[in-house]
Formats: sequence, C-alpha cells, structure tokens
Amino acid sequence: MAQIFHRNTNIISKISILVGLLISVLTVWLLPEFNRSSYITQTGIPREQPIPFSHKHHVNELGIDCRYCHTDAEKSSFAGMPSTHTCMTCHSQIQVDSPVLKPVRTSYKTGYSLEWLRVHDLPDFVYFNHSIHLHKGIGCVTCHGRVDQMPVVWKEHSLDMEWCLDCHRQPELFIQPRESVFNSAWQTPENQLELGQKLVNEYNVNPSLDCNICHQ
Amino acid sequence: MTKKKSSQTIPLDLSTIRDLLHSKQGPDYWRSLEEIANTEEFQQFLHHEFPSQASQLRGSVNRRKFLTLMGASLSLAGVGACTRQPDEKILPYVETPEEIIPGKPLFFASAFTLGGFATGILAESHMGRPIKIEGNPTHPASLGATDALTQASLLNLYDPDRAQFITQTGKPSIWDTFSQTLQDEVAIQKTKQGAGMRILTQTITSPTLSNQIKEFLDLFPKAKWHQYEPIGRDNVHEGSQMAFGKLAATQYRFDQADIVLAIGSDFLTFGPGHLRYARDFTSRRRVDHEQADLNRLYVVESTPSNTGAMADHRLPLRPREIESFTRFLAHLLGIAVDFSPIEKHKNWIIELAQDLKKHQGTSLIIPGEQQSPIVHGLAHAINHKLGNINQTVSHTEPVESHPVNQLDSLQELIEDMKNGQVDMITIIEGNPVFDSPVDLEFSKYFSNVRQRIHMSLYADETADLCHWHIPATHYLETWSDARAYDGTVSLIQPLIAPLYDNKSPHELIQILQGKEHRSNYSIIRDHWKSVFGQKEFEKSWQQSLHDGIVQGTALPQKQFTLQNKFPPQTAATNSSQKQLEIIFRPDPTIYDGRFANNAWLQELPKPLTKLTWDNAALMSLATAERLGLTNEELIALHHEGQSMKAPVWIMAGHLDDSITLHLGYGRTRAGQVGNNRGFNAYSIRTSKKLWDSTTLEIQKTGDQYPLANTQHHHLVDLTSYDRKAIEERGLIRSATLEEYLENPHFAQEADHPPSPEDSLYPPHQYEGHAWGMVINQNACTGCNACVMACQSENNIPVVGKEEVKKGREMHWIRIDRHYKGDLNNPETHHQPVLCMHCENAPCEPVCPVGATVHSEEGLNQMVYNRCVGTRYCSNNCPYKVRRFNFTLYSEFETPSLKLLQNPDVTVRSRGVMEKCTYCVQRINAARIEAKKENRKIEEGEIVTACQQVCPTQAIVFGDINDPSSQVSKMKSNPLNYGLLAELNTRPRTTYWAKLRNPNIELETEK
Repeated sequence: MAQIFHRNTNIISKISILVGLLISVLTVWLLPEFNRSSYITQTGIPREQPIPFSHKHHVNELGIDCRYCHTDAEKSSFAGMPSTHTCMTCHSQIQVDSPVLKPVRTSYKTGYSLEWLRVHDLPDFVYFNHSIHLHKGIGCVTCHGRVDQMPVVWKEHSLDMEWCLDCHRQPELFIQPRESVFNSAWQTPENQLELGQKLVNEYNVNPSLDCNICHQ
Repeated sequence: MTKKKSSQTIPLDLSTIRDLLHSKQGPDYWRSLEEIANTEEFQQFLHHEFPSQASQLRGSVNRRKFLTLMGASLSLAGVGACTRQPDEKILPYVETPEEIIPGKPLFFASAFTLGGFATGILAESHMGRPIKIEGNPTHPASLGATDALTQASLLNLYDPDRAQFITQTGKPSIWDTFSQTLQDEVAIQKTKQGAGMRILTQTITSPTLSNQIKEFLDLFPKAKWHQYEPIGRDNVHEGSQMAFGKLAATQYRFDQADIVLAIGSDFLTFGPGHLRYARDFTSRRRVDHEQADLNRLYVVESTPSNTGAMADHRLPLRPREIESFTRFLAHLLGIAVDFSPIEKHKNWIIELAQDLKKHQGTSLIIPGEQQSPIVHGLAHAINHKLGNINQTVSHTEPVESHPVNQLDSLQELIEDMKNGQVDMITIIEGNPVFDSPVDLEFSKYFSNVRQRIHMSLYADETADLCHWHIPATHYLETWSDARAYDGTVSLIQPLIAPLYDNKSPHELIQILQGKEHRSNYSIIRDHWKSVFGQKEFEKSWQQSLHDGIVQGTALPQKQFTLQNKFPPQTAATNSSQKQLEIIFRPDPTIYDGRFANNAWLQELPKPLTKLTWDNAALMSLATAERLGLTNEELIALHHEGQSMKAPVWIMAGHLDDSITLHLGYGRTRAGQVGNNRGFNAYSIRTSKKLWDSTTLEIQKTGDQYPLANTQHHHLVDLTSYDRKAIEERGLIRSATLEEYLENPHFAQEADHPPSPEDSLYPPHQYEGHAWGMVINQNACTGCNACVMACQSENNIPVVGKEEVKKGREMHWIRIDRHYKGDLNNPETHHQPVLCMHCENAPCEPVCPVGATVHSEEGLNQMVYNRCVGTRYCSNNCPYKVRRFNFTLYSEFETPSLKLLQNPDVTVRSRGVMEKCTYCVQRINAARIEAKKENRKIEEGEIVTACQQVCPTQAIVFGDINDPSSQVSKMKSNPLNYGLLAELNTRPRTTYWAKLRNPNIELETEK
C-alpha cells in the first residue's frame, strides 16, 4: 500500500508537537500572570467617578477622619458610603457654586443618589467584614494603601484570595495597634515582627483559614 | 396531560405488597409501598443517584456536536477565570434613615393572618427590604415560631405576577379615576340608604377594619356586609351555638393535658393558634433521665394528617361514622344523648372512655373544624363533663369581629344578586368565583350586579369578572391590625412601601363611606388613638409596635352554661360500606388556593404524600385494588351532577372506600406558577356537602397523569441489604414509654451495631467550637416549616415540576416519611434529614478539586467557587443530602425577585453542588460579634433558620465542645443516635429516638 504522507511531513509533525508543547507551557505560565496583571485586577488604575473627589485634599490637607464619611466601618461588614447629606454639611457653605459639585447639589435637591463606581469590588461569593478587621488591628492603609495621597482613588492591592491569605496566614506581619488603624500615614515599623507577635497575642488574633469564613 | 407513562412511575403489584406486609413478623419500618414490593424497577430507580436520564442534556445533542462543545469548553475552561469583573455602582443614601447600618439587618414586629387569625412575626429587613420572616417570641400564637405558609408568604410580596395597577374592565387606570367613579356611585346609593351596596370580605378580626365597615353600615343602613371563606369555621360556631345557645371561642391548653383526643382535628397544622398548640402539645412529649411523663394522643380521623401521624392511637373512621363515634363516647361518659353503639371499634372506644374518665380535668377533646356541629357540641359537653373547663379548655367571646355563618351569608348575597337587589358589590380579598360552592352558581348571578369591584393581591378568577380591580397591599406593605386565637391584637406595620400601585382595604372602605382618601397609617392611628386615649397614645403606640402585641387585648375568659340539648341521630350516619365517599380538605401547602402562585409552596412536598405541584385523588391500597386503579391513573369523579378529573395516588393509612381531594388547585388565573396546576376540587364541592359526601361516583378515563412525587428521591439506599434492613440499620428507632423505662438505652443497643472507631488517621481534635445538632423526633410533627425557612434563608431556588420529576429539587432539608406496621393504619414517623456534617465525611475525599472540605469547627464546607460539578460527592454521600444545580435555577433577572435574596448567602449558579451549611452565615455573624468583644460564642447566640422556625423546638443546635450546652446534654442522653453511624461517618447531626405512650389495654389487644 502506498504511503499517504510524504516523508517530509515527518518534520512538520515534529515541529507541530514541539510548538504545541511550547504553547501549552506558555499558556500555563502566562494565564496566571495575566490574571494577576493590573489589566485584570485594575490595581493602580485611577477610576473615573461622577465627582472627582480627592481623598488627598479631604484627608491629607483638611484632616478629615476616615469615619466622618465611612461611618459604619467599625460596626458593620460594609464601611459605608457618605450620604449626600454628609457632603452637604460642608458644601452648603463651602464652594456652593462649584460646577464640579453640581451632581451633589442635584442629588440633594432631587433625592436621587449619587452613583459612585465601586473601586474595591469583591466577587459576589466573597464576604468581607470591615468591623472585625479594624477591631483586630488591621488598619485602613494595609488594604487600601495611602488613600490620603490619592487625588482619585485606585485599588492598591489586587484583593485576590492569595493576597487575603498572606495576612490570614501571618497576621503578625500586618497587624498594628488598634489606636492607629485609622491613621492613613501608618508605616510598618522596623520591629513589626516583634510588635506584631505581641499584638497578635494581646488581641487574641487567630484568623481562620476555613473556606466558610469568607465563602458563605 | 399525557398518555405516556413517566419514566419515574414504578408499577405496583398490589397483591404482592399485601402478602409481603402480612408475612412479616414483629415491627418493621417501611418507607413506601414501592419499597415493600421491591420490584426490579424500584431497585433500578434507587441505584441511580439521580433518576434515570436526570443528568442528560435537554434537547438533542449528537456526537459531533457534543465533541465540539467539549473541545470548546476545555479550551475555554481556564480563560473563563480571566474575565474582568464587570463594574458595579454604589448608590449611597441622600439622607441616611435613622438606625439603618448597611450590612446589618433590622427586625420589625408585625403579623401574618390566615383565615383572619394573626400570627406574630419579626420581619428581617436589609436596607429596607424584607428578606426573612421569623416568629415573634412575645406573641401568644407564635412564641417565636412560624409555619410554612408564613415563611412562604414573603415570596408573594415579590411575586412578579402580583397585580400591579388598578384596572377598569382590564384596562389600566388610576386610583383617582376609580375613587371619582366610586364617589358618584356612592352618592346615588346615599339616596337609597345603600340598599344596593354589598361588601364581601373574608373572616375579619381587624378591630380597625371592622370598625370602618360598621361605620359604613351606619351611614348606609340598608347595605349589607357578607363574609365568606372556603375553609370556614361555621361548624365550630354552630357547635357552640348548639352547646351553649350562643357563640363562644374555645382555647386549649395542651400543656395541661395528659390525654388528648382529636376528633378529625389537625390541630398541629391548621386553625387558630396551631403553632402555640403544637408547642404546648410537644412540651408534654419530652423525656429526661428522671422525668418520663408523656401525654397520650388519641386521634379519630378520616384522612391521614400530621396530627394523626403523632397519635399514640389512631382510629380511621369514615366521616359519617365520626358523629356516631362521638355520640357513643358521650354516652359512655354519662352524657344524655341519642346514640347507637358502634360494634366495629367498641373496645377501642370503651378503653378511650376509661382513659378519659381516669383523667378528669387533665384531658382535652378537640374537634376538627371540618366536623359537623353535633361533634363540636358534644365535644363541649364532654369537656364540661370531664371537668376540663378552666383546666385544659377555656372559653371567651368569639375572636372574629363579626362572626356569622359564612355559608348562609354567602347564600343570602347570592339570593340578593339573583333578585337584582345588588347594584354594587365590593369584594375585599377572597376569590368567590373560584372557591364558592359550585351549586350556588356564584359567577352566574354575579354578572347581575351593575358595578363589581374586587380588591386582592392577584388579578384572579374573580377579578376577571369585575369592572374594577384594585391591587391590594401585601401585609408587609401596609398598616393594619388583627387578632390572634386568644384575641390578642397585633399591629401590622409595613416593612416596605407598596411595590406597585397597591391600596389597602382600609383605604377602600374609606372611599366607600363617601369620604376623602386617607392613608391607612392615619386610619389605623386614629382608631388606636380612640382606644389608648390621647394622653397615653404615643407611648402605647410605640410600645405596641415594638412588642408586636397590644398589651391587655387578650379576650377575658368567660363561663358558658351547657344546654345539653342535642338533636337525635339521623339514619344517614350508617352508610353502606362499599359506597364511595369523598372528603375535601385544605391543601397542606397551598391552603385554599390563595398560595397557588407561590412556587416555594408548590414545590414543597406535602407532608404525608410527598406530592409536589399537584393534588391527587388520595385513596387506600385496598380501594385502588377494588376499583382496579393504580398510581397516576386519571379518573373522572362525579358528584352531585358535577364532575372533574384527578389522578389517583395511593396512600398508606387512608380509609378504605373514600377519596380525599385537597382544595385550591386547578386555578386558571393564579399567575404563571399556579395556572392549570392540579385539579379543581371546588368544581364538585357543593354547599350541602362542604367537607364530605357519600354520593361520589368514579369512572376510569384510561389516561395517565404524571405526578411529581419526591418520596423516592434522595432515598438512603438500603436495598442492598436484607428486608429488615431499615430496622437493623436503625434509620428510625422508637419504643413505647414502657419499653424505654425498662431499657433507656434501647436506641443505642439492641440490633444496632456500635459505631466503629477505626481510622487510618489519628482523630482530629476540635479545640474551639464544634458545631452539632440534635433533632428530637418526639417533637417533630413533620410540618415542613424548617424546609421553607431554609429555602428562604439560604436563597434556595425552585426548579419546577418537570425537574422535580427528575429528582432535581433543591431543598437542603428533606423530611423522610417512615411507616411501621399495618398498611391500613401504620405508625408514621417523620425524620428531617439534612447534611450530617460527618466528621469522617465521605464526600470530602472524592472531590477532585477540594471544593468540599472540613473546617476547624467541624463544618463540612461547600465551596461554590471551587466546585466544577463532578457530583462525586453526592454519589458518595450515604445520606443523599447534596443538591446539584443542573441548570441555572437561581433567579438573576426578574427585578422584584432580586429583592428576595438574602444578601448574606451566595446565590448559586449552574453546575454547582450545594447543601446545608448549618447556616454558616449566622455562625460567622455571631463569631464576629464575639471576637470583637474578645469572648467565646455563647450558647443560644447562633440559631439556625430551621431551629428558629420550628414550632415544637425539635431542632437544637450548638457547641458540642461545651458540656453545658443543650446540644451536648442531648447528645449524652441514651435516646441519642446517629444515622448510619456504623459507616463510621461520625455524623454531627444526630437524632433522638421516638417514644410513644400507648394505652396498654389497647396495645395488648392489638
């Protein structure tokens, strides 16, 4: 019986196998890399909001505490977003005619909410609770970065599960005294490990690694 | 309707079943007739983890297409994870309402009414949307529990099929147009003193509404107010009329009763105060190491009920025989009444009478609402004779604001309509076109009325024949009030503004009075201002809203004098044996049909039959055999010149020669869920014979109608063992009180192999909390409330009849039904089965992706985001408690249904396994609060949804590492046993063996 394929095709098939292997290896390596890239996680990308609200101005320059607006962070899972009324407590007196603040005034007048874009958005099957983290000495800055330096907010960390677990496995590397959790300028001290170890014991920190802690 | 037999139907060889049952000796448990027959078809059905073809793709997929799809999904499998999350918006409040903390629920006290009677609730609200209903612990009719209907009533609020706008002859209109039209109409009537005006309502206990209607009747003295409810309490009223010469309400105190006789009464399931009664009743069925003082329940009934299933002695009697029985019993107890001795069950009745005599003042006789007036009258007499009054039974004035004989009331209305005396009728709630007795021809004479107005939640059959339809507010959207079984008033407060253009009855009556429109808030407040008095008003109002009850409104006890004049027995009570009888009963899930469009209740397996989505003609095996019928065979039922069709369903324990039909099915304008489901029993129900009749004839049609029955779904597979398997493996363990006192350890000894302790691994030490559960089968009445509460709490989807037939229902709790003994009158046991959270969980090692793993607190966790849907876990689960999302069952699209979801629980997508989590969201919430305060979680801080709802507190959850916790104490009791513990699964959910307290005299005779 005559051969169906010419002898030359051998080389083609060999190259195909090699290229195939290469592609598989690349894919296995590239996919997770791609998944961690800021294209997917949107870390470091300032997001456009209906009002170019500057945390840098309000927190750093005016010295407003996080909890003035994010009132429920210590009480609830959700840190809370300021009502239009909260904005208007100052802006009914200050910059009353600023065109930038028009949406705030409109909202206040019409009763319709401002529509902010969610920057730190966990998947719907993940449940995060702000209050317990603050109570156990995890500061705002640990997850949200130097918000006081951000003219427009971006995501500092990926909020991926591996990132969450880094801290749940070794809380002593990230924990800080309860008194300073709202300090936006908090910096990890030289003796973090020592301090962390002490605080972990003192606050009885025992973060669970059970799935159901976050996936409920 | 199809002629094709469903793949699921298992043929029943009736004579074989009988032979097998008779040949058995000693006690033996069985779960269904099919199981006894143990045919090859049954074996096959059982051995498929899901019924055959359940896992096949719907629609035609050929090999080529299958390969294409598989290839594509393989290459896309990884890429799927690389999608960027879609952007989400945050919409903060403009003005934050007081007390709301986003992420934390608020609870408001309110009340749910059924048949006019209120059950106090606490509704859980997340940022203004109610997502769960709990019982109100301070409310006398709730004591913290609710029933399945109350749980499911939440779904009605968000039902997209609810009437959404006012319609005039089917066209959308607005309230102002309507009220203008009505004002004109009312002005005309004013000149005639309202002679042409009629109001038809259901039973009303609302003080404000009845006051408004009475005001209306003062303004229009010739107008009339009628009341009709298809599941009415006329016989109760007639009975007290007969006994006392006046109307009286009766309240029972089951916690005081040693002997309870229920005459055709399903007091654990329906009726005013049934939740309270269930709690009180089971409070006397608990045993401790020392104290073993059980009450004893005798039940006489015609159709098996959950109360009958709890009985220590159950006597099935034909409906006609129940009157003779009561007469005979009254005679035996020394009451002068016309009677004829019953030969058939003479000994049973004599022993019962003896037992009652021995318990003067601590016995209790409760007749069912469907029993004839004479039975009620005699029950009063017996309770008086036995000195039970003010001990276990007490009387008050009627709770209903305006108690009438509702059938007479409806007949009077129809007579007036017939004679053209009605110009204008306003129907508030209720659906008389669908559910009034067929011989009264309501709809025929209804069209004589010039102006027909209907207000209800849905644009139903009655709305279809009305000029105006006003969408009513759901009770979670409105202000109102209502009375509980003992008269206690609850204020009903809204949790959410009306979703659509809904109005309340209060607003409608206001317009009918010819007055300006007022909000129902001001109407209710004004009424209570007159009650509380101006000075104290604000304080009392706030207090009542907070508590959910208005203090001091329970009706005072009153003494009624017995008249002892009972009509003589008529000959009709001795009907010939072979004459077929029909029995009408409220449906255990959709009640009188008002819940027909509630998918949760439609899919809820009915307590004893395990049918879903349909009703059926229930009959005994012997009757089916005699008539040559088998399951799912469609028959025609002829009664009083009317006929209907219904499929046959054979029910163990059913009375011979009678057929039970549940009311409420066969709706045509219920909505997309309820339309054309089941068969309309109202179509053959006549005013003379509302509850039972002997003039039934049936005929075969030769057609089949497949039913979705869940009895064989997720069944623990025991057929690989011998016939005594269930007994030996001890799924159900029970004993009589005497046997228990002799050997308290019976549940852990006897035939049951001890749990092995062998393991290749060292035992895991649970250091912190270790969650566990005990289910007390002594208290479980099989009421289904836990199934509904779980569905509501955990965002469990409904799948529809076709999917149920494939065994794909998603309930995390199923209530297994077990029978013991005689086919005609078996002992019935209910066993709620949920995830056992085994310490050696068989599901865990077989998962290839680690989607089900153990937590440090001993929970068997299900991680949805890891699950790839191999279903190996479900295959390996001996308890069959895992549920798989074969397709996208969860609701992601309908806007109103999105509001229903519990925000603390993930909504599962397709291809994901799920199961009971022990309400881990509640555990986590409690843990966070405890950790914030740097303490351990305390006993009672975590209450699972099923535990919270349970009317009889049969479910106990807690920390088994804490020796002082209730669950630990229960686990150390000798009654405690684990299901299939010999498999070394070490289940965290265990059961308490069931104890019965039979009368020795009757037991030995058996």
